[in-house]
Amino acid sequence: MANRAAIIATGQTRHVSRRRDVNITELVNEAVRECLADAEMVPADIDAVVVGNMEHFEGVYNPNLWSVDGLGAIGKHMMMVATGGTTGASVAHAGFYHAASGAFDTVLCVSFEKQSDGDTTAGLIFQADPLFERFNMAGAIGTFALAASEYMDKYGITEEQAAMVSVKNRGNACRNPYAHLRKEITVDDVLDSRVLAWPIKLLDMCPTSDGACAMIVASEDRAKKRSPNRPAWFKAMATRHDQPFNSDLPMLMGMRSLTHAAKEAYGQAGITDPIKELDVAELYEPCSFAELSWYEALGFCGPGGGGKLMAGGSTGMEGALPVNPSGGVISTNCIGATAMIRVAEAALQVMGKAGERQVPDVKTALATGFGGSWWSEITVLSSE
Amino acid sequence: MAEQEQLISEQILQVPYNYSAGRAASRFLAALRDEKKIYAIVCKRCNIVYCPPRSVCGRCFEGLSHWKEVGPYGVVRNFTRVEYTEDVHPATPLVPALIELDGADTLFPHLIIDTEDVKTGDRVRPVFAENRTGHILDMAGFVRVG
Amino acid sequence: MEEELLDVKIDSRFVYNYSTGTIPGYFFRMLRDEARIFGRRCPACNKVYIPPRPVCGPCFRPTSEWVEVGPAGTLVAYTVVYFSFLDPMTGKKRPVPYGYGMVRLDGADSRLQHFISESDHAKLKVGMRVTAVFAEKRTGNFSDLVHFRPVED
Repeated sequence: MANRAAIIATGQTRHVSRRRDVNITELVNEAVRECLADAEMVPADIDAVVVGNMEHFEGVYNPNLWSVDGLGAIGKHMMMVATGGTTGASVAHAGFYHAASGAFDTVLCVSFEKQSDGDTTAGLIFQADPLFERFNMAGAIGTFALAASEYMDKYGITEEQAAMVSVKNRGNACRNPYAHLRKEITVDDVLDSRVLAWPIKLLDMCPTSDGACAMIVASEDRAKKRSPNRPAWFKAMATRHDQPFNSDLPMLMGMRSLTHAAKEAYGQAGITDPIKELDVAELYEPCSFAELSWYEALGFCGPGGGGKLMAGGSTGMEGALPVNPSGGVISTNCIGATAMIRVAEAALQVMGKAGERQVPDVKTALATGFGGSWWSEITVLSSE
Repeated sequence: MAEQEQLISEQILQVPYNYSAGRAASRFLAALRDEKKIYAIVCKRCNIVYCPPRSVCGRCFEGLSHWKEVGPYGVVRNFTRVEYTEDVHPATPLVPALIELDGADTLFPHLIIDTEDVKTGDRVRPVFAENRTGHILDMAGFVRVG
Repeated sequence: MEEELLDVKIDSRFVYNYSTGTIPGYFFRMLRDEARIFGRRCPACNKVYIPPRPVCGPCFRPTSEWVEVGPAGTLVAYTVVYFSFLDPMTGKKRPVPYGYGMVRLDGADSRLQHFISESDHAKLKVGMRVTAVFAEKRTGNFSDLVHFRPVED
């Protein structure tokens, strides 16, 4: 990358299913205040603001305009970014572009979702193609259920292997004070949980959460001079989109766009053996089966090898490449913020500020974002 | 190929929204409902009285918590008269206005319900609904006085 | 004053009138008037797309030919939905359980996402043969194709 920029501070709200005590402005304000405190900065230090969410859920369009007070954005450059499920990652990438372009030095990036203000599945239906998909779509759960059935049939992936992902991530979440669901579960708990859409059971699936995440991306000069934290430098970024209908993909869980994005990002970062060269990964896994498949798409193992990799423990906290020490999306899902939380958690790992969920000696961290028509974003952060 | 008849897909989508009013708006709405009074919130640092109230001062970023009753009278500073109907406003004429309530520094958006001959500078007062629920329309609108 | 937190309920109703465009327009007309399903072929890669589209994305070339596909096909993915949710298109909760799947129609290269008539997931299997069931009264939208039902071998 020609010009450099780094994440120098982060902030999050404590994610829960319903924040009925705050409106959107007040919610984002909490994350912004925590982030500014982490940066030892005040609003006057910020010269640009980038905001994102998935407007479908609240039905409030351009919420950045309405919540401008809470963002500290009056009189400043502000941009709204909306890319569906990947929004949070796109906002972080946009922060990078703002700072690395040389146009701005200190960019506040904020993403959020107030799922409880609307109806999540109804909101997701607005993202389907209006002519061919809208009338029969069954939200994220239905789509992932279809994807899982095909994946299981092709590679012999089992419900038990998927359940191990939930057990790992929900267990990790117990050490993350921001996470929504923080309760240890067992494989049997997952297998016995209510079937939502076969084979997806309640404990295979992410929750819906109200939450916000903020980060400050600084230009190279600003990061070196003013960051109270070890900067988490953007080392690689890639976004890839795929065909318009879910049903176009030869296999949904093949996650073509993630494979392509990974190839580009690894190329930029000089990574040839991800399991060895990455120290931690925060993956956007809306359900347990997805994480197994993302291992394959990201080159952690070969096609169909996700179940075995999980069962072998390589992606646990003691394993070769810990995946989702934050608890992942299965533990917290405020959709517009979720992809940014992956980047923020990766940054915290690089900064050495991840508390009880810290992986030792993190130099290189990976964060992925997922969007509902199977497109992907990847961010690689580095301590150097 | 058959004749090119252009098809239209008619769809009506219904979604129920349930917005948290948040700290500042909740207090404002509860006061409309219970006391038929209008409250503003004050930034003491900037010396600004905000109505509608909000939890953060946009200018200095201070968290706000000082309340002050304003109005009920006010002055029309800006208005328009909408003559056409739409699904969202089936009744005409509609007169949305920006009202400077006595004691407030920001303008308050609402409707003038006696719609004839509205003029900037007209003095107005709110009309409260019989049945109030903690909603902005607990004030049905404003009417001219004097 | 005690801090009471209020909610503001707004029931929204959005009215949309989408132009289908020429290509989907033909598809829906054939569905409505003749209960036949058509895909669209790309002259460069030869793939037959369903839903049909004016451009082949990977080749970035205009599709050139209508190709009749189905009505039978192979089930490539399936689920049975048990959780009920608010369907904004009806304003009501969608009745459950119901079958839902992806079908590769005979003659098509891409797959179609649609309802399946079978709602016992033990009776569904990747690779089974299914066939399209059309509505008696058809109006020129995708639900003129009601669902796919398993075919007895």
